[in-house]
Amino acid sequence: MAFRFALVGNPNSGKTTMFNEMTGSTQYVGNWPGVTVEKKEGKARKTKEDIRIIDLPGIYSLSPYSLEEIIARDYIIDEKPDVVINIVDASNIERNLYLTTQLLELGVPVVVALNMMDTVESKGDQIDLKLLEKALGVPVIPTSANKNRGIKELLEKALQVAQTAAAGAAAKTEGRSDGPYDKNVEAGISSVRDCMTPFIGEKGPNPRWAAIKLLENDEKVIEKLKLSDALMEEVKAYRSKMEKDFDSDMETIMADNRYNYISGVVGKAVRKNAAGGSLTLSDKIDIVVTNRILAIPLFLAVMYAVFQITFGAIGSFTIDYIDVLINETLAGAASGWLEAAGAAEWLQELVVNGIIAGLGSIMVFVPQIMIMFFFISILEDSGYMARAAFVMDRLLRKLGLSGKSFIPMLMGFGCSVPAVMGTRTLENEKDRRLTIILTPFMSCGARLPVYALFTAAFFAENQSLVIFSIYILGIVVAILSGIILKNTILKGEAAPFVMELPPYRIPTAKGLLIHMWDRGKGFIKKAGTVIFAASVIIWFCQSFSFSLQMVEEASESIFGIIGGAIAPIFAPLGFGDWKSAVALLTGLVAKEAVVATMGILHGLGAVAEDSVELAVSLQNYFTPLSAYAFMAFTLLYVPCIAAFAAIKREMNSWKWTLFAVAYQTGTAWIVAFIIYQVGRLLGLN
Amino acid sequence: MEKTLKDLKPGEKAVVAKVTGEGAVRRRLLDMGVTKGAEILVRKVAPLGDPIEVNVRGYELTFRKADAENIIIEA
Repeated sequence: MAFRFALVGNPNSGKTTMFNEMTGSTQYVGNWPGVTVEKKEGKARKTKEDIRIIDLPGIYSLSPYSLEEIIARDYIIDEKPDVVINIVDASNIERNLYLTTQLLELGVPVVVALNMMDTVESKGDQIDLKLLEKALGVPVIPTSANKNRGIKELLEKALQVAQTAAAGAAAKTEGRSDGPYDKNVEAGISSVRDCMTPFIGEKGPNPRWAAIKLLENDEKVIEKLKLSDALMEEVKAYRSKMEKDFDSDMETIMADNRYNYISGVVGKAVRKNAAGGSLTLSDKIDIVVTNRILAIPLFLAVMYAVFQITFGAIGSFTIDYIDVLINETLAGAASGWLEAAGAAEWLQELVVNGIIAGLGSIMVFVPQIMIMFFFISILEDSGYMARAAFVMDRLLRKLGLSGKSFIPMLMGFGCSVPAVMGTRTLENEKDRRLTIILTPFMSCGARLPVYALFTAAFFAENQSLVIFSIYILGIVVAILSGIILKNTILKGEAAPFVMELPPYRIPTAKGLLIHMWDRGKGFIKKAGTVIFAASVIIWFCQSFSFSLQMVEEASESIFGIIGGAIAPIFAPLGFGDWKSAVALLTGLVAKEAVVATMGILHGLGAVAEDSVELAVSLQNYFTPLSAYAFMAFTLLYVPCIAAFAAIKREMNSWKWTLFAVAYQTGTAWIVAFIIYQVGRLLGLN
Repeated sequence: MEKTLKDLKPGEKAVVAKVTGEGAVRRRLLDMGVTKGAEILVRKVAPLGDPIEVNVRGYELTFRKADAENIIIEA
């Protein structure tokens, strides 16, 4: 039987580094059932025994308020890992031990890894490990995960604890009697425990822990235990009495007690270097980074740099390279081979224009996504992301977002796909949903050719000004949408913004690469299947008629017929001809396809956005006003299929995905309608 | 009127007496070590005027001014 060790610790305690060091590249990333929080599992290397390491979400406490915390404690209680390895940041020991006090209450075998000992040593501080072990009542192993120190010892100790526990020596630990609580609190806990123990049953949680949670009025635990009303009344009586005695509420009493106890332990076990109190390097960096005047320009400069590298020269180089590789080299080879093999025309079409083109539309994004996640990882691991949120919080809160939403929004100007994926750095679910809905309003690079075509045809004199106004339109719509959605569908308590500003650290290359690879792999695997299938379907709709005959004339294809049918919907927006409708439909594959489709449907073949003939032809169908409305619609309506797949993946819910799509398309229609109709009233055309 | 953390200027220190308010934000503040007896140093205010950064129990923490108003400090 494999042993299961669960890693639990505060964010920034070096938990991920520890996990990477323990498991190497054997990890498996999945989602916790029903939620989008990631679950990482890996096999410990360099050990004889089969040990599975489970990386639980980084948490500060086991309160019932955050998804991550609920997941972590449910895992420990329900899945009963053999050992809980609690990673404690030794350089920030007081707050880290707060979680430890709660883990110890669960009555499961715990081993404490006192991590970042190198930082403690370099500061000249000393920690009395023996004393700490005695106070906590569990083994304490000093480690420095980033230097791969102490990890072997940690695993050995954990294994030893697991084996002892398995032998039944510590079958069900009662929790220690000299816990962190005041004797009056302890008396209350014991009374509650005694009156409820018979009702919990063998398989239930540790009775003392359950008693503490009942006193704290923890809704999740109350829900789970399903105790009788009479018993709950009794618990309530104890709670009221204690709250009266202490002249405080239960949550405060417990937190105060835990921290008092920790202060006592730390006071005895930790000897600070006398020279402390001077500014650390981290403080010095912060003087500049969160400086009143410099902070915002610096933030914008960082964002600009990340944006430029991801979507500028390097990013577009990779896109072009892969595009050529797939759409020319591979497609050419495949069609040559199929022709030589005498394959039917429809099969050639399917492989080259359906499958390979579809595959290409996925693959071109992969390097960009990896580059973006590489930089996001640097920003996160170094500690800058938290500062960015600190600096931008006030501005974004007005839109119902928090400081961290800024990065995905900015990425949206490059490509919605990595931008939507970038939202997973947001912990708050409501924030994340809203950001996902708004991000596609940032005009991505693929929409630019459409603007280029239309502005060349209709606004030749102020081309760049008009294009700029479209970008601004996207931002304005996003701001208004944020305000509207925040006050309606995504209403609720403002996302709390109580956040640690971790010390700056130099990210490890290994951590960055693992992070980057994980994301890229995830994208290829999951979004790939959806995009792939969708590309084939869209290809089919473009190439076949309803009677399943391959068609030469686009107007006879399924899309052509649907386009003709839906064209009247666009009439109030100024472009009710079927060609525009079909072009918008093919824009679902990739927005730049709108240009190619326009070319084909106007009988000019696949043209570039600077085609003069197409511009002239378009002038027969559009006025400058309806052209502007068309551009606005292109900007706002449902993003391409790749972005749709990313939205589905990140929302992890069809309901929200469809809402996002409906909202975006509805907004596009309304905005284009207003532009066209108001424009006409004003006498424009 | 009790004094709250919001009344402090950057560079000033105080000892927490009590955290008022309710729900998730309050619990989070308690969990992060803003409890009775903890010493808090106000470091700075964000460039746009909110949130604030404090040092508590040896690390840096940020929260909004609205939350600072719920942290009663000892006179």
